[in-house]
Amino acid sequence: MSNKHLSLNKLPIGKRGTVSTLLFQGNCRRRMLDLGLVKGTKVEAVQKSPSGDPIAYAIRGAIIALRNEDASKIIIEY
Amino acid sequence: MGLTYKSTGLSVNTNKLEIIKESENDYVVAVAGNPNVGKSTIFNALTGMNQHTGNWPGKTVTNAQGKYSYKNKNFILVDIPGTYSIMANSVEEEIARDFICFGNPDLVLVVVDATCLERNLNLVLQILEVTPNVVVCVNLLDEAKKKKIEINLDILSSHLGVPVVGTSARSGIGLQELKDEIFISTMQNFEGETLNIQYDNIIEASISKLLPYVNEIVKNKISPRWASIKLLDIDDTLNESISNYIGYNLLDNKNIVNSLHEIDNDFKNSNINKDNIRDILVEKIIEKSELIYNSCVSLENKNYNSKDRKLDKILTSKLTGIPIMILLLILIFWITITGANYPSELLSNGLFFIQDKLIEVFNNIGFPKWVTDLLVMGIYRTLAWVVAVMLPPMAIFFPLFTLLEDSGYLPRIAFNMDKFFKKACAHGKQALTMCMDCKILQNVNDIKYYFPNAITFVFVSHHVIADVIAPTSAIPLTTAFHIQLISVTILKNILITILLHKLLFYFFSNNYFVFPDKRSCNFL
Repeated sequence: MSNKHLSLNKLPIGKRGTVSTLLFQGNCRRRMLDLGLVKGTKVEAVQKSPSGDPIAYAIRGAIIALRNEDASKIIIEY
Repeated sequence: MGLTYKSTGLSVNTNKLEIIKESENDYVVAVAGNPNVGKSTIFNALTGMNQHTGNWPGKTVTNAQGKYSYKNKNFILVDIPGTYSIMANSVEEEIARDFICFGNPDLVLVVVDATCLERNLNLVLQILEVTPNVVVCVNLLDEAKKKKIEINLDILSSHLGVPVVGTSARSGIGLQELKDEIFISTMQNFEGETLNIQYDNIIEASISKLLPYVNEIVKNKISPRWASIKLLDIDDTLNESISNYIGYNLLDNKNIVNSLHEIDNDFKNSNINKDNIRDILVEKIIEKSELIYNSCVSLENKNYNSKDRKLDKILTSKLTGIPIMILLLILIFWITITGANYPSELLSNGLFFIQDKLIEVFNNIGFPKWVTDLLVMGIYRTLAWVVAVMLPPMAIFFPLFTLLEDSGYLPRIAFNMDKFFKKACAHGKQALTMCMDCKILQNVNDIKYYFPNAITFVFVSHHVIADVIAPTSAIPLTTAFHIQLISVTILKNILITILLHKLLFYFFSNNYFVFPDKRSCNFL
């Protein structure tokens, strides 16, 4: 695994990455934290929706769909 | 609470924070948990009530309460909205937090999803920081078993320091033990040590600075440690809630304010500020959740979700997702329409047979023609028509829809359709789509809540047009007759509107749909 940083929405389906930075502020940031998205959390891209947005991710045992506009604010190491 | 609860969801009391104990023997139990873990199912199973349960999160919007007796004690259960956290990021979370922290429940029953324990533990740990009077109910054990997820409840219990009961509420398994545990835990005052989350040294040091002063003020009303932690990350609404509850604004205390200044300086040196303090606190809780999860859960099959994943691939892929969705919906409508024809015909034959009889009876009694027209041809016939045409499709459509809902297909529809929904109604609240579980489904809910209103509206407007405009334009009439016709029509339509709406509302609420919010009733 190379240490490439990219935004979560660019993570290829079926691949796993580790959260390094959240670019959210305020309420959105809190919501992400509540879902268990903190630094070091492993995230796997599971499935694209028919239009490619949102994308479903496996986060701490739960499948969560994030819109690309939100996923792009999550920087991961992959 | 003196009223007898009917077994309809409509009779559920939805007053916020107003729990009235009938006697000293009443105990208040708050039912908390993440969205969609079966809180309402457990609530219904324990209280014997029929609040609508549904396979979508955010179903319970306000605190609903119900009651049951066990071993001569009364337990008032309060079904609070499902939340991922009680840090109050939304209205639901604020309601949940305020009730858990300031609603004085004798016990908090935290329901967690066995198939997704790690995420659920976040809330459990947050609640344990507030109160030690907690029982954890690990629900959906049957689902977990299917996925070969093994949870050691004893280890979980010893980690958390509170009792843990496993249930599969839908099939009624474990409910007796749950009642027992609720009984035992409410009877005995809590004495043991619950889990305290150990934060980084600098945070712990600041907590110890605040603790003595906070302790002096809050005494036994709220957990001093929790209040101290919250002071580090205070917001206005929480401060207001705490102030209202303890009758004193913590930020008015000189010692506390001074300590907070000192802490601010310490924080500056270690690069902690208002923006990242929450991250630091939450990270610890999540770290702890992960630790506990790893110690008590074993996965026999690491790919326990592979079956679901394969199905999801088919249901939501680019190629097959939308065609399957359309076919499924067409199938449902086809079954509804075709299946409804036969009972519709039967009903209309029966009801119109009664209409003929009614006319005979009215004529025999000798009522004037306009009275017969108004009562039989107007009110009765229209109502009969509505019932005959609308009842069968509804009786077929809604069970089918409930099936879809229970199968968990609705979130997949939401997932497939999100982009279109976003284009159609992108308002501020939807700017952040949390999960396929939660956002778009609100639209599906809305449709159901407003369905009776919509049907009534369409129907009535159609009838006003048909009754008033059509006859008056077709036949030349005398003015007197004109006035009579219009007044009769208006009266008829008002009556029909009321009856139809009541009927639809009754049907929806008693069978498959309960309006969680009584405000939805304000149609007329």
